[in-house]
Amino acid sequence: MTTHLSAEQLLHAYRVMRTIRVFEERLHIEFATGEIPGFVHLYAGEEASAAGVMAHLRDDDCISSNHRGHGHCIAKGVDVHGMMAEIYGKKTGVCQGKGGSMHIADLSKGMLGANGIVGAGAPLVAGAALAAKLKGTDAVAVAFFGDGASNEGAVFEAMNLAAIMNLPCIFVAENNGYAEATASNWSVSCDHIADRAAGFGMPGVTVDGFDFFAVHEAAGAAVARARAGEGPSLIEVKLTRYYGHFEGDAQTYRDMDELKEMREVRDCLKQFRDHTVAAGLLDISQLDDIDGEVERQIEDSVIKAKSDPKPPAADLLADVYVSYP
Amino acid sequence: MARKISYQQAINEAMAQEMRRDETVFLIGQDIAGGAGAPGEQDAWGGVLGVTKGLYHQFPGRVLDAPLSEIGYVGAAVGAATRGMRPVCELMFVDFAGCCLDQILNQAAKFRYMFGGKAVTPFVLRAMYGAGLRAAAQHSQMLTSLWTHIPGLKVVCPSSPYDAKGLLIQAIRDNDPVIFLEHKMLYGMQGEVPEELYTVPFGEANFLREGDDVTLVTYGRMVHLAMDAAASLARQGIGCEVLDLRTTSPLDEDSILESVEKTGRLVVIDEANPRCSMATDISALVAQKAFAALKAPIEMVTAPHTPVPFTDSLEDLYIPNAAKIEAAVLKIVDKRKVA
Repeated sequence: MTTHLSAEQLLHAYRVMRTIRVFEERLHIEFATGEIPGFVHLYAGEEASAAGVMAHLRDDDCISSNHRGHGHCIAKGVDVHGMMAEIYGKKTGVCQGKGGSMHIADLSKGMLGANGIVGAGAPLVAGAALAAKLKGTDAVAVAFFGDGASNEGAVFEAMNLAAIMNLPCIFVAENNGYAEATASNWSVSCDHIADRAAGFGMPGVTVDGFDFFAVHEAAGAAVARARAGEGPSLIEVKLTRYYGHFEGDAQTYRDMDELKEMREVRDCLKQFRDHTVAAGLLDISQLDDIDGEVERQIEDSVIKAKSDPKPPAADLLADVYVSYP
Repeated sequence: MARKISYQQAINEAMAQEMRRDETVFLIGQDIAGGAGAPGEQDAWGGVLGVTKGLYHQFPGRVLDAPLSEIGYVGAAVGAATRGMRPVCELMFVDFAGCCLDQILNQAAKFRYMFGGKAVTPFVLRAMYGAGLRAAAQHSQMLTSLWTHIPGLKVVCPSSPYDAKGLLIQAIRDNDPVIFLEHKMLYGMQGEVPEELYTVPFGEANFLREGDDVTLVTYGRMVHLAMDAAASLARQGIGCEVLDLRTTSPLDEDSILESVEKTGRLVVIDEANPRCSMATDISALVAQKAFAALKAPIEMVTAPHTPVPFTDSLEDLYIPNAAKIEAAVLKIVDKRKVA
């Protein structure tokens, strides 16, 4: 295989994907202890999508995410301990313990928020793209959403608005096959979510979400197009989630043999390692070093998050408004 | 210098002056210019009732017609607000909030709290509200208590051209999401408005009339009916204190309580439906915090618990009027005083 990515860029992409994987697998274990409040939706298995798209973005580019947002946050550069502490409901969390897993946001990094309302991020991203256009910058904005959200009116309206206003937007539909317990091949009326792009007069492409390089290439074209003022694009990334819709979902609606094959054969991290090493682009020891560093980073973030303080009672009433007489 | 202009002109002037002052202010909404993509005149409408007329040509590229797509463009305005812009987004009729409530309720209103105090969302939603135009059930609602109920939103209901300009300038400069409600029956109302920029602060009720016998608390169009009733009652020897709330969130609780402590009687006038309304909210506030001062039961004058009817005879029955306000006051004042 060939790629124009430098070794440094490849190692960064691998680190992002590995961080997401270890973060999510650790949460899978920790959630079972009952120490984490609320619910969490894990992104494990989908890492190539976040890493492949975010490799093209700058801090002044924005993204919106959804309930399954940890991967997007990590790839956009949100602090890992701040995320872990947020998920544990601690004052040191990126939202001071008032958002939780479904609302992790870091506006300074252009992360407009995970979102508990399916499809809601797409119009927000259209607005971020509109802001960039009005300010005359070449920043772009990316909406990540799932196959479930691909049926939401909010997404359709955002795509139409972005197209008629020629906004620098990229719509990334992460099709993991299931909206909660409903299969996308039943709920989505066309063969591919990407087919819907034609209805909005924008390019649409379907890519293999297990393949970092496929996502990276498609996202690169869409981001370049948006930066050049040529308008929005839709990318459908076909992938799978390794865990349930939320932690505790027994997934009785799935074919577990198919999932096992995906994990063992098509896994994005495994493919990335095999291809980059076989092509002589990276040395296996470099990748193993990253694995070790990431393991320690996540271990540290969990230990710290567990011992961090909860927000004080006064925080209940704080920050509803900037000012309120 | 003050001169007489309409409520509608005052709103237009506030937007024009703020756009001139601050280049991050922009307007977006359906037909706020009108004629987008059409072969004829651009700025053909300037808003469905002409409130934004003329701004399209004064501010090229900053008055954006949106497709008929409330989730899309209201959400986009919210998103732009998180990225350093100050959008003034027009929802043609407040009733259309049914199409895009999520972007206001779950997004704009929640960001600051949910993101741990880091988000600033200076988003203004302008919307026409209220009954009286024979516009029927889906173009005539108030919905003030719905917005007021939601933490994170500020809710503004100007009753005069002066307040409309000063409150809208405050709304545009405010760093929180603001629902700015314009009563469609007031657009033509004339009043003295200074030419220069000024703000009217949120959460400060306007004492429009002093009186010792009863406090009339209201907002929006009902202010004028309350003033009519107060004038008539004055001729009968009854002194009404009239409070125009100006904003229902924040609510000027102190002024309401101060007035009721003085008069001992309260009539709340609210054009909205009565259940879970501003009328019941203010009544509860006074019952809790000024019970000892009350000399008579609290009265409420509101619309009935029905949708807004279409035909004139029924809509006139639906909307509170000065006679109903007067009757409510007479019910709770000491009749011997009247005699």
